[in-house]
Amino acid sequence: MLQGWFVVTVSFAYIGLLFAVAWFADRRAAQGRSIISNAWVYSLSLAVYATAWTFYGSVGRAATDGVGFLPTYLGATLTMLLGWFVLRKMVRITRLNRITSLADFVASRYGKSALIGGVVTVIAVIGILPYISLQLKAVSTSFQILLGYPAIAMPAKAGSLEVMQDTAFYVALFMALFAIAFGTRQLDAAERHEGMVAAIAFESLVKLVAFLGVGVYVAFFMYDGLGDIFARAAGRPDLEVLMAPLGGAAGSYANWVWLTILSMFAIIFLPRQFQVAVIENTDERHLKRAAWLFPLYMLAINVFVLPIAFGGALHFPAGEVDADTFVLTLPMAQKAEGVALLVFIGGLSAATGMVIVETIALSTMICNDLVMPLLLRIRAFRLTEMRDLSSLLLDIRRAAIIALLMGGYFYYLLAGEAYALVSIGLISFAAAAQFAPAVIGGLYWRGGTRTGALAGLCAGFAVWAYTLLLPAFAKSGWLGVEFVERGPFGIELLRPTQLFGLAGLDQITHAMIWSMIANVGAYLVGSVIRRQSAAEHVQATLFVDVYQQTGEPGSSWRGATSASALQTLVGRFLGPARAVELFTAYARLRGAKSVDELEGDRDLVRFAELQLAGTIGAASARTMVATVAQEEPLGLEEVMTIIDEASQVIAYSHRLEEQQQELEAATQELKAANERLKELDRLKDDFISTVTHELRTPLTSIRAFSEILHDNPDLDPAERQRFLGLVIRESERLTRLINQVLDLAKIESGLAEWRTAELDLREIALEAVNATSAIFKSRGVTVETRLAPRVPLVLADRDRLMQVLLNLLSNAAKFCTPGTGRVVVRLEADGGAVRVDVQDNGVGISRENQALIFEKFRQVGDTLTDKPSGTGLGLAICRRIVGHFGGRLWVESEPGRGSVFSFDLPVAAGARGAERLVANA
Amino acid sequence: MRKPSLRAYRIVSLFLLGCLLFNYPVLAVFNVGATAAGIPVLYVYLFVAWGLLIALAAAIIEGGS
Repeated sequence: MLQGWFVVTVSFAYIGLLFAVAWFADRRAAQGRSIISNAWVYSLSLAVYATAWTFYGSVGRAATDGVGFLPTYLGATLTMLLGWFVLRKMVRITRLNRITSLADFVASRYGKSALIGGVVTVIAVIGILPYISLQLKAVSTSFQILLGYPAIAMPAKAGSLEVMQDTAFYVALFMALFAIAFGTRQLDAAERHEGMVAAIAFESLVKLVAFLGVGVYVAFFMYDGLGDIFARAAGRPDLEVLMAPLGGAAGSYANWVWLTILSMFAIIFLPRQFQVAVIENTDERHLKRAAWLFPLYMLAINVFVLPIAFGGALHFPAGEVDADTFVLTLPMAQKAEGVALLVFIGGLSAATGMVIVETIALSTMICNDLVMPLLLRIRAFRLTEMRDLSSLLLDIRRAAIIALLMGGYFYYLLAGEAYALVSIGLISFAAAAQFAPAVIGGLYWRGGTRTGALAGLCAGFAVWAYTLLLPAFAKSGWLGVEFVERGPFGIELLRPTQLFGLAGLDQITHAMIWSMIANVGAYLVGSVIRRQSAAEHVQATLFVDVYQQTGEPGSSWRGATSASALQTLVGRFLGPARAVELFTAYARLRGAKSVDELEGDRDLVRFAELQLAGTIGAASARTMVATVAQEEPLGLEEVMTIIDEASQVIAYSHRLEEQQQELEAATQELKAANERLKELDRLKDDFISTVTHELRTPLTSIRAFSEILHDNPDLDPAERQRFLGLVIRESERLTRLINQVLDLAKIESGLAEWRTAELDLREIALEAVNATSAIFKSRGVTVETRLAPRVPLVLADRDRLMQVLLNLLSNAAKFCTPGTGRVVVRLEADGGAVRVDVQDNGVGISRENQALIFEKFRQVGDTLTDKPSGTGLGLAICRRIVGHFGGRLWVESEPGRGSVFSFDLPVAAGARGAERLVANA
Repeated sequence: MRKPSLRAYRIVSLFLLGCLLFNYPVLAVFNVGATAAGIPVLYVYLFVAWGLLIALAAAIIEGGS
């Protein structure tokens, strides 16, 4: 069943099946029920990473290096672990900015620079051609080997046949048609290919099943399990070395590490990986599952690599069969036709999957970032005036795909035979790794500039070409071998494989070390020697701070156009019907009835730019939109705003914190004030009830005595006289009380009249003592005065001050024991004030009561036995009077040992000078 | 800015663990001629370590909290 016609039929049937899968997926997508919007399908589509290189080449590598094929997958596994951080950021940026390819991504990051986009495209195309040729080589070789069945013969060398008879040429042609059919049937505004992704995921399953199938067959049907294979291999000295190959001739640890790093980059920066992982991603959350599912896939497809390699090496005599073909030749040698066919289909899957995605990704780049910017720039083509460019775009892409595969074919003719599959692939990996500094730097470092990116890309690429591509050409005989062995112009230091004398490394490691030094170095130097332009800074911020963005990114377009002009523009690239559709939908979204109602504001311009960017790339879209809309030049202020955005946010949060603290303080104050108010309210209530009570007492007395007098007209005259005296006294007390209440109210409300003058306290004190001498005498209390002969004048109201002194003196008289009572009045200057003490030897006041006595209606004493004789307002009024003139009134007392009531008043400003004059005189 | 979650720290730790496991000198420890159950130790080690990394990643990502 391995005749040529049968193999061809099966191959085409398989490809037909792929088309069916793609068609189904596209139909489901059109119905809005995408089958690729699924973490499993997404993970499988990432497995486009496993190409013919993996399928055939890993075994070839294992046969010479042992586990040396693994870093390619271990590195990819490590990157996938970080996928949630790195890839997610790229996916988010891509979606927000409608980015269509890796070149578009880099160009967009560095100020939508068409030049950068072009450079990336050129690097990608030249770098990936060897990889495409690898797929062609694998498919044509496996086909030719299969045709030789039942004999096992290695096919003729490439280039030894006429092109028209070469299988590889036809494989390239068919693959081109296949990729065109898959990728360029229509223009999609988001550059998504649901059908293609579904087909790729399906192919990933097929190649996994095929490889596991042949692995199980070799391990368990040809041999007695893995142990058997390894035990036999251990008996062969050449294979035994491969059991522990590291550090030996087969590969150093440095090679291992660099291969790991290389694959860490490749899994993101190979154009096809960027396409499936970033562009075709439908949901960021899929990255989570892919982070472990895709590594699991790689593990599964690699388990049987070493057993097959050893199995093949054990089975075939050394040097007769290429180790790259063991996967196919082992089942053929065992006459297992079904397995061999399965392997062929698996290899075909791996190769076609890679070629389809890679050429579609590259053709998008070629079209959007290389050809269109050039065509649009060259006035002679008058492209900007063409009505419908959508078919032109598709034609450019189709031509690009054909050109790519033909390029791959010629590389195969040129250099394909000189290397094993893996070595060819690694050359491409090293080229893709050149994008890493510009992209990763661009993702996390706002300072990376267009100049830096351009310098880094060019330097890295130049070193790559010098150290890898030229030796590859030389090895194939296309370029003199002398160049490699002796260096250009015989300068040994510049030998491409031992640059600057760096020897002892394998070629890839050597090239990676130098190209990365050149690339990263140039990127950093280029980024720091020149300031970013405003447009670059905007883009840099959009990329680095993508998670801080909400909704659509900002725009630098100023509305200066009409909706219809924009629609026409978009229509020229996407087709008029599609443009009408898009703009009508947008109008509905904005709440306008029709497109004509839309204003040509910056939002609309931005919308149009995004639609175009999805088709022709960011750089070209910008150029095109600029033909109908005015770009707003970024003013210095706006740039500064952008720069300061971050620090502003920090400042805001600081300010918020401060305000919060202030608010808290204010709240505390308000709370305290509220407490005080409540307290005052309570005091007022107390005051009123106390006043009422105090008023009622004398009133009741007066009324009682008046009633007695009224009801008993024949009362004894002496008795009558006594009662009338009581009425008079109580009335006086009532009057006094009312006067004091009014007085206090006046003072408190600030309505009291003060007749302020400079006073001599000594004179007032003497007068007060004289005025109260009668009271003291009547109570048998002695008064002593110890007044300083001369004190400074104070500023006060004479009558009020007299009131205070009288109050204090009468209080002292009241609380002294008759007979032994003794009151001392002192007057002295005390610093800037004049102090008066009134000391008695009465009952004294307990400490807790000392503060209370100055409150209204507080009378201290044994309320059970002593009837309060004052109004309870005297001291309260005194304190307010003294306070009004800036002095203090206080008491020092011990129960049983008497009290000292003191007050001081500040010396009048004018009086100080006068005092001094008096003193000097 | 959001604070990175515990899960993010775990993933990054796992990445660093992977860098350690697939690198010199850990590799050199297993780069010996011995076999385990008839299979070369280096081969067994690489696949077991790889599988462990994947299992841990799955547990961290798919697991709760």
